[in-house]
Amino acid sequence: MAAQLKPGQGPLDYGSRLWLKILFGLIFFLLYAPIITLVAFSFNTDKRGIVWRGFTLDNYSKAWNNASLIEALTNSLVIAFLATLIATVLGALVALMLWRFRFPFKGGYEGFMALPIVIPEICMGVALLLFFVNSGMMDFFVAMPWPLNLGNIVIAHVSFCFPFVAVVVRSRLVGFNRQLEEASKDLGASEWQTFWSIIVPYMKPGLIAGALLAFTLSLDDFVITFFTSGPETVTFPVKVYSLVRRGVSPEINAASTVLIVITVVATVLAMKLQAPPKPRKG
Amino acid sequence: MENWKENRRVFWTLGAPPTIWLLAFFIIPLGFLFIMSFSDKAVIDGQVSITEYDYLTGIANYIRAFESLYLTIIWKSIWISALATALCLLTAYPIAFGICFAPERWKPLLLLLVILPFWINLLIRTYALIAVFRTQGYVNKVLGVVGVGPFEMLYNNFAVIFGLVYVFMPFMVLPLYATIERLDKSYLEASLDLGASQFTTFMKVTVPLTMPGIISGVILVFIPCLGSFLTPDLLGGANAIMIGNVIERQFKAANDWPFGAALSFLLMYATFGALALRWLIASRSKGVDV
Repeated sequence: MAAQLKPGQGPLDYGSRLWLKILFGLIFFLLYAPIITLVAFSFNTDKRGIVWRGFTLDNYSKAWNNASLIEALTNSLVIAFLATLIATVLGALVALMLWRFRFPFKGGYEGFMALPIVIPEICMGVALLLFFVNSGMMDFFVAMPWPLNLGNIVIAHVSFCFPFVAVVVRSRLVGFNRQLEEASKDLGASEWQTFWSIIVPYMKPGLIAGALLAFTLSLDDFVITFFTSGPETVTFPVKVYSLVRRGVSPEINAASTVLIVITVVATVLAMKLQAPPKPRKG
Repeated sequence: MENWKENRRVFWTLGAPPTIWLLAFFIIPLGFLFIMSFSDKAVIDGQVSITEYDYLTGIANYIRAFESLYLTIIWKSIWISALATALCLLTAYPIAFGICFAPERWKPLLLLLVILPFWINLLIRTYALIAVFRTQGYVNKVLGVVGVGPFEMLYNNFAVIFGLVYVFMPFMVLPLYATIERLDKSYLEASLDLGASQFTTFMKVTVPLTMPGIISGVILVFIPCLGSFLTPDLLGGANAIMIGNVIERQFKAANDWPFGAALSFLLMYATFGALALRWLIASRSKGVDV
């Protein structure tokens, strides 16, 4: 072969093919254009949100002064916080058990733990609604003062969050060097001391990543909350849903933008923590 | 790994709380739903009660689900989900393929760009689509410049399918990426060296070798599409009702919980069927996995 291939022209250098780049650009444009439009129009002065008339922060102050919107956001944050706390503990326990022990029907147990992940959300939502109403828990929680009246939603959120936490924490534990645990026990540490001073510090990035995942899942959930919330309790997604059904308004854009920022920050943080640590220099 | 009998105390301390939680707040609720699906509203003094039920009366609710009205909706849910899944595959394959062949330093960023929309609230993404597609939205504005339209793009099957593709595409990209990344590129070189065209190589080498990823992706997208409620509700309105919307109606407006429960279980059986299929294919292809 006399003709030299220039870099990027080899038969397998698909990455530098023009048509692929154009296709890439197009698909990413389709993915992001609606979201970017939404964020941009949260700064728009035009009330109907159709033409760009100028930059303003009015929509944000309006959303901030909208008491029901803020109440819904507060509810969502409180629910997400409590659900994350419980889901992280339960998820870590599952992960530790599956990582450490051999036991009969382990495969079946893993499938059982994955059920809330695979089952259609709407089925889980209606099942929990039925359960809460029939067991009297709905009436019990609805009658409670805030924030205890959010109890049923927190329970529902924990149920679908903690299996996800378990997956994340378990994938972190896989890399653990068991000899550290043995060494600790050889040197006279008890089960509990080994757990706190060897295993927990090692699990920490996984725990944080799992917790952030649970937080975003809970904050974002609409379907299950829609079914399990009492008639008076409103979370942020449920509130946005009722507003969206009435039409498009820049106030929703502002509120949505805030939620987007919260979840994206949490997600990027979680991914950073999950990534394998880069080898340090020196 | 230790045998659980060697350290029962630790085993139970770790295992009991999450297992009890899942039983109490997931399995038992599903049991309630299961019983409800075989029940009926009680008739008290000749009046149908709103809150009382006769439990375990029979399979009437399941039979009702196969009336032509509901059968049409079930069938529609299936073909809308199938079409959306196919479109997801068509758009996700080039993306996954492109990321695999992109320069190494770009890969993490490109993957992040694909996954990021998935983390943005489903409701917000759907709302963003409404703003773009409505009669006075952007798409119609652009079309107006060209001189066509405006079209009514919301509240029909097209809007629902587009919305589902938009929302679930990341689910398709990830398994595809994982298999294409593991694909031994020398097979492609061999095929090209032996004179096959790029197209033939793609159809006869790349696609068959990445089939496990394709199947995973198809099932991972099809399942949530079939059970979706929010997308058809907001983008489809009254014209594009899917099974999720019927279930919601039974539990809210129509207040017919037994029938809603039966529909939920039918949806779950369909989901488990799809998962079983995936497992079956995965276990069969184990030997030739790339």
